[in-house]
Amino acid sequence: MTRVASAASLALVLFLSVGTFVAVSLRADTSLALGTSDWAAIRFTFVQAALSSAISCLLAVPVARAVARRNFPGRSLLITLLGAPFILPTIVAIVGILAVFGSTGLLGSLVRAVGIRAPEIYGLHGVVLAHVFFNLPLATRFVLQGWLAVPSERLRTAAALGFGPREVFTHIERPMLRSVLPGALVVVFLVCLSSFAVALIMGGGPRATTIELAIYQAFMFEFDVGRAARLALIQFMLGICAGIVAWRVALPTGFGAGLDRPAERWDARRPGLRLADGLVITAVSLFLLLPLGTVLIEGFGEMFRLPSSVYFAAARSLAVALASVLLMLALALPIALAVSRTSQRQALLAEGAGLLMIAASPMVVGLGLYIILFPLVDPISVALAVTALVNAGTSLPFALRAIIPAVRDAEVNFGSLADSLGLNGAARVRLLILPRTMRPLGFAMGITAALSMGDLGVIALFGSTDAPTLPLMLYRLMGAYRMEQASGAALLLVLLSILVFWTFDRGGRINSAS
Amino acid sequence: MKLFLSALSLSIGFAAAAGAQQSVLTVYTYDSFVAEWGPGPAVEAAFEETCGCDLQFVAAGDGAALLARIQLEGKRTDADIVLGLDSNLTARAAATGLLTPHNRHDEWDLPVRWDDPLFVPYDWGFFAFVYDETRTAEPPGSMEALARSDIRVVIQDPRSSTPGLGLLLWVKHAYGERAKSIWQELADNVVTVTPGWSEAYGMFLDGHAEMVLSYTTSPAYHMIAEGDRTKRAAAFAEGHYMQVEVAARLAASDQPELADMFLEFMAGDVFQGLIPTTNWMYPAKMPASGLPVEFGELVQPSKALLYSSDDAASVRDVALAEWLEALSQ
Repeated sequence: MTRVASAASLALVLFLSVGTFVAVSLRADTSLALGTSDWAAIRFTFVQAALSSAISCLLAVPVARAVARRNFPGRSLLITLLGAPFILPTIVAIVGILAVFGSTGLLGSLVRAVGIRAPEIYGLHGVVLAHVFFNLPLATRFVLQGWLAVPSERLRTAAALGFGPREVFTHIERPMLRSVLPGALVVVFLVCLSSFAVALIMGGGPRATTIELAIYQAFMFEFDVGRAARLALIQFMLGICAGIVAWRVALPTGFGAGLDRPAERWDARRPGLRLADGLVITAVSLFLLLPLGTVLIEGFGEMFRLPSSVYFAAARSLAVALASVLLMLALALPIALAVSRTSQRQALLAEGAGLLMIAASPMVVGLGLYIILFPLVDPISVALAVTALVNAGTSLPFALRAIIPAVRDAEVNFGSLADSLGLNGAARVRLLILPRTMRPLGFAMGITAALSMGDLGVIALFGSTDAPTLPLMLYRLMGAYRMEQASGAALLLVLLSILVFWTFDRGGRINSAS
Repeated sequence: MKLFLSALSLSIGFAAAAGAQQSVLTVYTYDSFVAEWGPGPAVEAAFEETCGCDLQFVAAGDGAALLARIQLEGKRTDADIVLGLDSNLTARAAATGLLTPHNRHDEWDLPVRWDDPLFVPYDWGFFAFVYDETRTAEPPGSMEALARSDIRVVIQDPRSSTPGLGLLLWVKHAYGERAKSIWQELADNVVTVTPGWSEAYGMFLDGHAEMVLSYTTSPAYHMIAEGDRTKRAAAFAEGHYMQVEVAARLAASDQPELADMFLEFMAGDVFQGLIPTTNWMYPAKMPASGLPVEFGELVQPSKALLYSSDDAASVRDVALAEWLEALSQ
């Protein structure tokens, strides 16, 4: 039975990634050469992803070092905050970034107060700024793991040899960074490669358009399916190439177990370094907290007097998040069960399927689904279901990574006992597997729920005009320039995202057997 | 797959309000039409009084995106009427085959002859760059002067917005072969390109730019609704491009009689009387109440520019390619 279920799950994953790609390539208009604006989109996609990943990783080094070697009040809170962008809806962060860094925002007003015309945020620098906001925390967590993985004996030896900061850097830190940074760079590059919502709102025209955005525009503005599909082919190829590079570079593993202990650093006990680290920590905290704080302050009053349509949209988004969690479980559990019992090769296949979902970008999948569904059913009438399904697929790699080790442990430790008791099928899952995997399962469910709650990808492509989800509603409010209502909706969205994440994650911990 | 998705949507989707016995007329339109200060609320109230139906406006982006939306939804669309296309889009919209003739024979008060079998006009106006005289003391007097200046402007995307498309055709009509170089010079004045008019105008009012692409009639809104006389439209020496906004019935409509009733209502005195002070445009048929006196203070273009709808369709692709190229750099 598990065999059938896992085959069905894999088939659905293949349908979402490869199936949509085939549909797109059949419709792609390859008769024309790429135009100037197509090349501009390809170039911009590369440039912004390269800049975003380079800046994020470069800044991550001092931040991670400061966090690694200092103990200060709020340290664990800061580490939690570094994980927040994972569940923060992109569009909410954009609202916050505009409110702080926009020319009429917090900083813009300060600059104007001293008589300087504030620079505009729209364009390459705005896009990169938003990407750094999202990915600096991610990169910092990767680098921080590298730092904390340095054995304390080595630091002790360095201290005994009288190493100063420079020697510690040359002999300990540089080799560590050399092994950690490439992986972090590739991951951030991959994330930024399929950037859509940021370029949609902060791009500012043809000179700052990503391929994902160009797909959206070809489809939504001109209904040129052939051109959209051609761009989608390019996006898919890029995703696959970057995915292969990511596969070959040692990827950072795990999501931050054991980041709670600062390392004892004898070389860093100098007042100058102490001050520098303090400044770095303050700066990064402000950079992350100011936009979120602005959303909280500007949205708080508005949140309670939003039009009822916004609350309906919120209810729709909650329903999508729940459906997405259920679908994710239906996909991930059979695969995890199969992987834990089968050969290494099949296990690799299953993980490869997960990786396919990373390479498949939302616009490519969305366009493919539209092409496949249109002859069968009104795509708009199933937009919510499609959103739930695509987000379940997108979360699958994270979910598998979290669940598989726990399932494997349960099988290794209790598998033979269960076998001798004849505990099989559904009962085995219910009595053995689920209680032993509650914690990672809860975490995976939380991530899935938060991701689909805040998703502005596929839904932007064919979301219903009169029954939008909350992120789509928020985007429309910004389009109609109802900024007060938009800030209220943004706060509502971020609170709901945190709520669904917390509920599942907490639920997993409470009922956990381990 | 189909069954699975349908079942899933049913379980996710929310059932339409129970007991919706009244027939529903669905009108797809642009964002600003349904804004609280726009024509939407008053039109809805007035039409529902006479039709015994439920008129529902659905905002689907700006005018040009409306066309893509009905193409995207195809024959399954819920829309009975699409309201907010303009004369620059009618040829392309007609080619989709999704619209159906209106059988009306009205006398219009338009500056151009109108006998299109598919599209019913409801208002018209001239595109213009609007500025705030307290922030910009000396506005540019032509597109070239604007391009040479360091004035920051917000414009709309010609692929999604009818003003954006209007500007594209304005530059092309006035400058022909030189259009591309005008755009290359204008590129550094453009703060951002928004998908729709509402966002661009909001950004201008919030101070993100000194000028915004809008209409010669936009200052009337500030004079009448806000008593603010500081917002002006800059008169350009080369003339101003015109827009005739239109509506049409969808062939797939399940409410053809109601749709006809709506088009009739749209050409009537009540609707036309609302246009000047809600959509802030010139009415397609002069209402009995005439125009507000403030309209007399508006900029009168020295020259009205307009392509025929067929020419607009063919010029558009060339002009769009030039625009994309200039602004991609």
